[in-house]
Amino acid sequence: MKILVTCKRVPNPEQKLKIAGGKIDLSGASWQINTFDEYAVETALRLTEKGKGGERSGEVVVVSIGPKDVSQQLRGVLAMGADRGILVGSEDAALDADAVAHILRAVVEREKPDLVVLGKQTVDGDSNQVGQILAGLLGWPQATFLASCVLAADGKSATVTREVDAGVEEKRVRLPAVVTVDLRIIGKKAVRNLALAGADAEWDETQRYASLKGIMAAKKKEIKELALAELGVSPAAVMKVLSYDAPAARKAGVKVGSVEELVQKLHNEAKVI
Amino acid sequence: MASVVVFCEAAENGIRAASLPALTAGARLAEQTKGSVVAVVVGSGIGAAAQDAAKYASKVIAYDDPKLASKAPLAETVAPLLVDAVKRAGASALLGTATSSGKDVLPRAAALLGAGMVSDIVAVTGANRFRRPAYAGNAIEEVEVGGAVLVASVRQTEFPHPAPASTPGAVENAPAGNVDALGAEVVALHATQSARPDLGEAKVVVSGGRGMKAGENFKILEQLTDLLGGALGASRAACDAGMVPNDLQVGQTGKVVAPDLYIAVAISGAIQHLAGMKGSKVIVAINKDPEAPIFQVADYGLVTTWETAIPALIAEVKKLKSTG
Repeated sequence: MKILVTCKRVPNPEQKLKIAGGKIDLSGASWQINTFDEYAVETALRLTEKGKGGERSGEVVVVSIGPKDVSQQLRGVLAMGADRGILVGSEDAALDADAVAHILRAVVEREKPDLVVLGKQTVDGDSNQVGQILAGLLGWPQATFLASCVLAADGKSATVTREVDAGVEEKRVRLPAVVTVDLRIIGKKAVRNLALAGADAEWDETQRYASLKGIMAAKKKEIKELALAELGVSPAAVMKVLSYDAPAARKAGVKVGSVEELVQKLHNEAKVI
Repeated sequence: MASVVVFCEAAENGIRAASLPALTAGARLAEQTKGSVVAVVVGSGIGAAAQDAAKYASKVIAYDDPKLASKAPLAETVAPLLVDAVKRAGASALLGTATSSGKDVLPRAAALLGAGMVSDIVAVTGANRFRRPAYAGNAIEEVEVGGAVLVASVRQTEFPHPAPASTPGAVENAPAGNVDALGAEVVALHATQSARPDLGEAKVVVSGGRGMKAGENFKILEQLTDLLGGALGASRAACDAGMVPNDLQVGQTGKVVAPDLYIAVAISGAIQHLAGMKGSKVIVAINKDPEAPIFQVADYGLVTTWETAIPALIAEVKKLKSTG
């Protein structure tokens, strides 16, 4: 089983966003891997190991697109346990979801994975598009917003659950396929490869952190740097951001002293109950 | 003079209410493109949905075929038909609401169309210009989409329901052709049984956070919710902790709500939660920590524990209702 996982670095979402003159200033941002992408890595690792900390089988390749210093974050993902990395050189701002998906398609055609795992959305762009576009470009089936993922013992299909508006949908897809993961995927029993781990296999309810051993091992792992030209793609963003504004701020409200006062205010002042 | 195709999700007796805001957004875009709104419905036995959609569109293209029967819509089969509808209508845009199904299928359709896509629009500002939130709602982007066709998903809470036209549009049945699910199949749909209104549509939303401590404690929030005729929500932290299902999640990576009244209980107010509810008309925060960031967006704040506040609140609301 060969799994390709995508990782994007994003500015720390806890930091206050600096917007001035229609632009976002990210010069002081601290960068980290998008959380949903970390979950994607965790998913791929679980699919290639015989239970928590067990023997591994198959390969997890992690790909990122961005400037050279993204290799720092990629190294962190290799320290979690991914086998090797690919860094496609590009400036962050030059790409939209469509361009990213076109680059990823070229990487998929080169690597020929059985499964591509992505986070369902990045917490900077918030677009929630890349996995679906990639599946469409490849003509592969897709399963988005996964809460669980079980690979069949014959390695030919995956049965997943997705939390949708109506409830929980159970979907089966033939491999190769593109899947995107939601937060439930890191549940203790959410991910399993039946060829490796039995139904009772359990993991910790979190993405794994790099161990010291993992960090040492990651130093020797390969991060292949690729130029867009080497991939034979010259993507141009179709969607352009013309300007950024800060949203209108809400006026600060009042503190009330009691439940009685609250209900009176909601009834008489706000007139909402 | 190019038309705008709007993907209307079929429900049993019509189209989903969630699709109505997309029809409004479609009409606004059609004003800009000087075209008209063409609705598209896809499925098996969807005559009622096609008739319903016709109230809001100059034309409906319906792909009604037993081969499309599925326990839930499959992106693999729906996306090519949306593309077909765009071509039939000679449209310059494909819109749909950013529901779980819209988010799943619209980007795939964009890929098949070779079109650019913009997610979660909150305003139409030109024939190919929109406003949309990014960075958990901390930035509003003005974007322009190039190309002959564009795709956009619509934030449900930002566009009103359209008024039905006096004369409905014509329904055109189009052949679904060769339906190929590419080996994908919906095995089962475990529908949530709830008498409560849909989170995206509810006038009142009561949400609980990590401070609720355990899933069973949400029962008392359900009492309050039902008393107010609202929908139940939760913060990501509460969902993460497994207290409630993830489909209750309100926030950047969950649902976006904008009810008349939002009551946040034991929710600290992380940026990612605020992104999903700060468009609410009136916000009430109940939290024992006076420094909790939720109070910065709340119209009315009450500093106390939920254990104290919620039973008292239920009693007070009951009292109010009984006196009228």
